[in-house]
Amino acid sequence: MTAPRPATLAVLGSLLALLAAAASRRTLDAALADDGQWVRPAKDLAATRYSSLDQVTAANVKTLRLAWSFDLGVERGEEAAPLVVGDTMYVVTPFPNVLYAFDLTRPGTVRWKYEPTPATEAQGVACCDVVTRGAAYADGLVVFNTLDAHTVAVDARSGREQWKTRLGEIARGETMTMAPLIVGDKVLVGNSGGEMGVRGWLTALDLHSGRLAWRAYSTGPDRDVLIGPGFKPFYTFDQGRDLGVTSWPPEAWKIGGGTVWGWLSYDPELDLVYYGTANPGPWNAEQRPGDNKWTATIFARRPATGEAVWAYQVSPHDLYDYDGVNELVLLDLDLAGRRRKVAVRPDRNGYVYVLDRATGEVLSATPFGHVTTTKGVDLTSGRLTYVDAKKPELGKVVRGVCPAAPGAKDWQPSSWSPRTGLLYIPHQNLCMDVEGVEASYIAGTPYVGSATRMYAGPGGHRGLLTAWDPVNARAAWRITERFPVWSGTLATGGDVVFYGTMDRAFKAVHARTGEPLWRFETVSGIIGQPITYRGPDGRQYVAVLSGVGGWAGAIVSAGLDARDASAALGFAHAMRDLPGATPKGGRLYVFALP
Amino acid sequence: MRAAAVLGLLGALLVLTGCQREQRRFSEVAPASGRPDRLRASGFNPGDRQAPAEFRNPYERNAWAAAEGKRLYAAFNCIGCHANGGGGIGPPLMDPAWIYGGEPVEIYASIVEGRPNGMPAFGGRITDSQAWQLVTYVQSMSGLLRKDVRPSRSDHMSVRPSEQSGTSERRKPPQ
Repeated sequence: MTAPRPATLAVLGSLLALLAAAASRRTLDAALADDGQWVRPAKDLAATRYSSLDQVTAANVKTLRLAWSFDLGVERGEEAAPLVVGDTMYVVTPFPNVLYAFDLTRPGTVRWKYEPTPATEAQGVACCDVVTRGAAYADGLVVFNTLDAHTVAVDARSGREQWKTRLGEIARGETMTMAPLIVGDKVLVGNSGGEMGVRGWLTALDLHSGRLAWRAYSTGPDRDVLIGPGFKPFYTFDQGRDLGVTSWPPEAWKIGGGTVWGWLSYDPELDLVYYGTANPGPWNAEQRPGDNKWTATIFARRPATGEAVWAYQVSPHDLYDYDGVNELVLLDLDLAGRRRKVAVRPDRNGYVYVLDRATGEVLSATPFGHVTTTKGVDLTSGRLTYVDAKKPELGKVVRGVCPAAPGAKDWQPSSWSPRTGLLYIPHQNLCMDVEGVEASYIAGTPYVGSATRMYAGPGGHRGLLTAWDPVNARAAWRITERFPVWSGTLATGGDVVFYGTMDRAFKAVHARTGEPLWRFETVSGIIGQPITYRGPDGRQYVAVLSGVGGWAGAIVSAGLDARDASAALGFAHAMRDLPGATPKGGRLYVFALP
Repeated sequence: MRAAAVLGLLGALLVLTGCQREQRRFSEVAPASGRPDRLRASGFNPGDRQAPAEFRNPYERNAWAAAEGKRLYAAFNCIGCHANGGGGIGPPLMDPAWIYGGEPVEIYASIVEGRPNGMPAFGGRITDSQAWQLVTYVQSMSGLLRKDVRPSRSDHMSVRPSEQSGTSERRKPPQ
């Protein structure tokens, strides 16, 4: 018998590695499809936040009660979604971004805790509370971003750090608050800091090594934006060379924002990753004449290379901080008798967009909130039409600007139920007065140039849950809330929709009618993302974090003084009564039927 | 006779107080070129009680410095974090709470040296006089300055009660 030659060994080795990778891919696909688990903040790659679990139903949810809870020890805005992988739950807290692993076989017990100890200075460049929107799981790794602009991968079993990569510089105002999306062996992450004059990017890291695979900037020359020959934007105004440079005053693109702090989704059939870029900087639009590409834009890219396939600028030359980062829910809908592969996006600018996700064509754009700033989207040119009278100007106060800077809807993610055909959009009803002021750029400090004060829009309620029918482009029903609905929503196979309110209520409503079915009072307001899973005991659980904060709740979590209407970039004025409705907090709640 | 005496007294008062209020110091020895040797962010120290470092804001009674401080407060983007005193990324400056101390020298140290939870160190980017002008304005935001020294109403959208109306529950303005 002869010993195998080294070359044969190497071939065998790489074959084995490939097989192992394929096997773990299959395991992950199975985990993503398994409604007993919740391995990504948005549940699945299409970002539906829907689980078919149906033990909890519209009929029995009224008996739902607390199973266990855990004090997270951090009292800032708890925006993250818990993850459930097998018999373990993972929760990441706001700064200092502690990752907890809970043993679901012994409810309420901590298996391990991982502390990344981010730089404390990062708190000084985080525009809107020191939040994180959660972690993502793949191949035995829990991956998340720390406020000081690092991505870290932790072994899901042991809690040991596997790799940690620095992606940005806090000294230039870069932080990271978004939840990564993992596609294949790529971890996709983006930066925050659109109020600090940073240059936005989406970056892919290798899942197993943490090494940088590619980076696609949101501004600058085509080679930086990863725009090549394969780039086919649908509309004329998005076509041309180096628009990321030519649609700006000289050099302004270098500090022009377009950060990537929101949600990503992925279509495996088309092999396209979808995400949006944030507002241009500074807010004062007179300092940046031009379309300011590619800010407030939706991109479709190849995950392997980052190559841009199409882009659509939702809010060209944004005037109001209408970041284009909200979720793109990937659905297959029957529109005008045709089955279409669409992406549905309830945008900050107040319109629900239904886009053909293969081409970037806008099929419809319908207002879902009160809008005074724009007249609609021209479906021929694709452009958003602004209302001249509402354009902010230097030294002039423009009143009745609706939606206000946080938009008709901010980061808080919607859910979709295939059973009802409705998208459950958590959002707000705010308007603002705005005056342009001169912004000076000093690296690592805010670059805004706008004085704002916000208040409730028509009706006086500041929050809404809207059940939206994207096929007929209309609301099926709405629930109004006193404060902005700053939590995500969750839709289940039992026809129950869950969401939380800033005045400390976790609620269940009927998915078809909006009828209130159940509520539970939590220690602090809720701005987190509810999830559901099947426990090791076979029962269905529902989990959510309580802990008010974020931009909307900073008045409580950061102790702001609302005598100044411009506090928290004007948001505190609309939230003056929040301190009377909720204290700070940071607690995980898990519910089950008796 | 009596009226004349009162008038004279008033005149003398005006000369004594008003001059400093209106004084423009175009060239001067930087008021803080001497740093206090004992900076403290706490009023509490181990062992025997130590007298707090005496280090007054040289612009404490200077309205021009307060107005100049207000201009610099916007120009150096202080407003981006602390808003017009109500706070945002940074803590409010119009309330009576001070994380790192509300003595002029403590405010000065926060601006120049920075603080570990996110306050950047502006030392080296601004001059000492500018730092003290900022201190003067910051003091005025919570009413720590004499009323005639505080800036008057803002030229922009009115988002907060004027600095003129501010009162501090913790400290009395210096007389």
